[in-house]
Amino acid sequence: MKRLVLLALVALAVGAPALAQPADPYAEHQMPARTAPADPRAGHTMPSPSEQATDPHAGHQMAVDATAPADTTPADGNEAPPPIPTDHDADRYFPRTAMVDARAQLNLEHGAIAWSKVLVEKLEFRPDNRANGYAWEGRASFGGDIDRLVIKSRGEGARSLAGAEAQVLYGRAITPYFNLEAGVRQDFEPRTRTYLTFSLDGVAPYWFELNSAIFLSDRGDLTARAEAAYDVRLTQKLILEPRAEVNLAARDVPDERTGSGLSSLELGLRLRYAIQPEFAPYVGVNYEQRFGATARFARAAGEDRTDTRVVIGLRAWF
Amino acid sequence: MIGRRRFLSTAAVLGAGTALGSLLPSWARSATSGAIPAALSGEDIALTISHAALTLDGRDGHGIAINGTVPGPLIRLKEGQHARISVTNQLEEETSIHWHGVLTPSHMDGVPGLSFPGIKPGETFVYEFPVKQAGTYWYHSHSGVQELVGHYAPMIIEPAGNEPAAFDREHVIVLSDYSFLHPHQIIAKLKQQAGYFNRQKQTVAGLLAGKDQTLAERIEWAKMRMDPTDILDVTGAAYIYLVNGHGPGDNWTGLFSPGERVRLRFINAGSMTIFNVRIPGLPMTVVQADGQDIVPVETDELQIANAETFDVIVRPGDQAYTVVAEAADSSGMGRGTLAPRPGMAAAVPPLRERQVLTMRDMGMDMSSMAGMEMDMSMRNPANAPQVKLGPGVPMIAPMPLDRTGERGTGLAKADHRVLIYKDLEALRPNPDPRPFTRQLQIHLTGNMERFMWSFDGEKFSEIVKPIPFRRDERVRVTLVNDTMMNHPIHLHGHFVELVNGKAADRQPRKHTVNVMPGGKLTFDLTADAPGDWAFHCHMLLHMHAGMFRVVTVRPLDAAQA
Repeated sequence: MKRLVLLALVALAVGAPALAQPADPYAEHQMPARTAPADPRAGHTMPSPSEQATDPHAGHQMAVDATAPADTTPADGNEAPPPIPTDHDADRYFPRTAMVDARAQLNLEHGAIAWSKVLVEKLEFRPDNRANGYAWEGRASFGGDIDRLVIKSRGEGARSLAGAEAQVLYGRAITPYFNLEAGVRQDFEPRTRTYLTFSLDGVAPYWFELNSAIFLSDRGDLTARAEAAYDVRLTQKLILEPRAEVNLAARDVPDERTGSGLSSLELGLRLRYAIQPEFAPYVGVNYEQRFGATARFARAAGEDRTDTRVVIGLRAWF
Repeated sequence: MIGRRRFLSTAAVLGAGTALGSLLPSWARSATSGAIPAALSGEDIALTISHAALTLDGRDGHGIAINGTVPGPLIRLKEGQHARISVTNQLEEETSIHWHGVLTPSHMDGVPGLSFPGIKPGETFVYEFPVKQAGTYWYHSHSGVQELVGHYAPMIIEPAGNEPAAFDREHVIVLSDYSFLHPHQIIAKLKQQAGYFNRQKQTVAGLLAGKDQTLAERIEWAKMRMDPTDILDVTGAAYIYLVNGHGPGDNWTGLFSPGERVRLRFINAGSMTIFNVRIPGLPMTVVQADGQDIVPVETDELQIANAETFDVIVRPGDQAYTVVAEAADSSGMGRGTLAPRPGMAAAVPPLRERQVLTMRDMGMDMSSMAGMEMDMSMRNPANAPQVKLGPGVPMIAPMPLDRTGERGTGLAKADHRVLIYKDLEALRPNPDPRPFTRQLQIHLTGNMERFMWSFDGEKFSEIVKPIPFRRDERVRVTLVNDTMMNHPIHLHGHFVELVNGKAADRQPRKHTVNVMPGGKLTFDLTADAPGDWAFHCHMLLHMHAGMFRVVTVRPLDAAQA
């Protein structure tokens, strides 16, 4: 159990710097707080932040503007705001029911935008003189700015389907750049398995795209996966995308030919040409290495410990 | 031969003018002598809102038109008259008209769900208000995304007394942006991929060529997840920029006689575009801003943010001039011509190099604050206690500066005179000389990556409380821009006095004020209009994404039926 907890921590640690970000990501920009700037209004009383926070009319506190010309300053320019009215002027001129409907519409039209995105991150052909392979990875999401339904799928195969999974998740924006997702993962190949899933998805400082997830299977097996990708914009349309993925397991899962600890590492380098931002064919190379028991399971199945493939594919979204 | 060529090109222009003529009101037609005769005026005016087919630079699109045209008809009123304007809705959706900058009673202001219920399909609504002011204004839909597809038009109100700026001829120049993509598709793209329309990002190729930021700067900005090329959300990649409803190829042309004083009434009816306007070879004397007379100031270029108006007077010689309205990110331009005779054209300058944003645009420029010690963390709640720090707020400007003395975005390197907010000075003393009794700070917040926009960290759809004012109180409001985008902020029903260093009674009065990225801007206002008013960013997709609030002024008058 201790190991499980440790593993979960490792998996989430990839996204942790981003989560910790609101606290203070740019310590080097931190300087001592303002000591005594030349405030032209010095002497006028100004509520402290804590007093402002407890103001009954909180929402729009007064604040003294240090750049304001001093000559227009009245003796007291800091009256409290008036109470917030609850009536509506228009209700006096138009039927109230019509105004109630119109107000609801006004609300919807100013911030409640629903939208969807379907992204095919990889849809690729992997030529090979033994058996040509293929792989896909994509995600779709639906909803508003904060709460979204997320569907993910990935898989690969050669002569036959070697691996295929789908996830259905509830996603929630928790920081400016990161979403927390929770839901279910269903594997169809190589084994039928169901997992409980938590993941953290977003953009880290320096524009790294990160996704880290932990999976608890219906057999009690705990695994984790972390992905990172980066877009190197060579020209407006030519983009080089290095990509890395690590898979971890809490214990050996022979059924799935997965060994405990670091089970595999995948590195990709794809060069895509965005004919439109939504439509970008690519060529690249994908390298996969299995470690430890995972490598032994692979060898026993007649597979190599490492696998390097040329890939040709399409990245598209709508 | 020369005569023949001139005749042919004249015929070509007139031919184009005729083709467009049916789609354009007479004031906006090419090769016209001026706006004066072609306007709706008087006590009773009738407008109809309907769909229209547009042809822009030879390409067909769909629009929503007023009286069948985009832009709609020029309304010309006289200060002191009573206006009675009926608006009939021939669409299948609700519509409305807001009289931008015109002081009407709150229930005639035209914002559905706030001033009135909106105009349902097939219905006619009659707006009635006394005309209490003069100047150049405009009017547009406040429903859905209609304004993005053409539902806008100019309005001129003649002063009851003498016109302080003498001129011999005038042209209205409505600048706007049009996309053949449906507005809902534009919104979806922005939500799906921030920066979708930005095709001028920094690249490795640019780095190797020594363009834009240095490698060290790029790394520093990447660390903050900030893109210094994210200047306008929707760019020339999606927009065709229009001058009086004409694409650059259609080349709207306004005629003049050499030596005349020509008044140009510029109106930015663009949805998502800030224009930098110049007429190479022709200095402009700015005489009015947002319909309010100012002390004349001569310049070579001015920036006009969404919904602003500027009136200028020019004295052209016997030659053609190009009117250049370049998007602030230099991704495209609107183009028109001033000429003594139809068929003439002047050189069209190329688009200028796109400028990158700087640390000042993030509210983090330390160089100007030498000797001061500041807290420079990028998201310190202590810098904005009232802001809700959710996923929509990645940044609180640590050190926002008053930027009214700076050139607008894209103009730092222009090698001629550029109008700045500090140049504006009211021509006549402002009506209310009282000092302010209350102060208020409002933060303009947003997450460019998620395309979320708000005031104080809360979208209007989150059911936020109104911003309350006491009737007739004087309030000093400071807007702090915690984002790296310009936000032209419009308060309905009022003029605000921009605190720009001019004497207190000569601060320019505006209906829309552009707050530069990472900057702050202060205005004084007299809350003299009882009722409920919209307060919002006039980047229309910022407004639709949530950058909207209701302002209340109480007590109300007794209701009049």
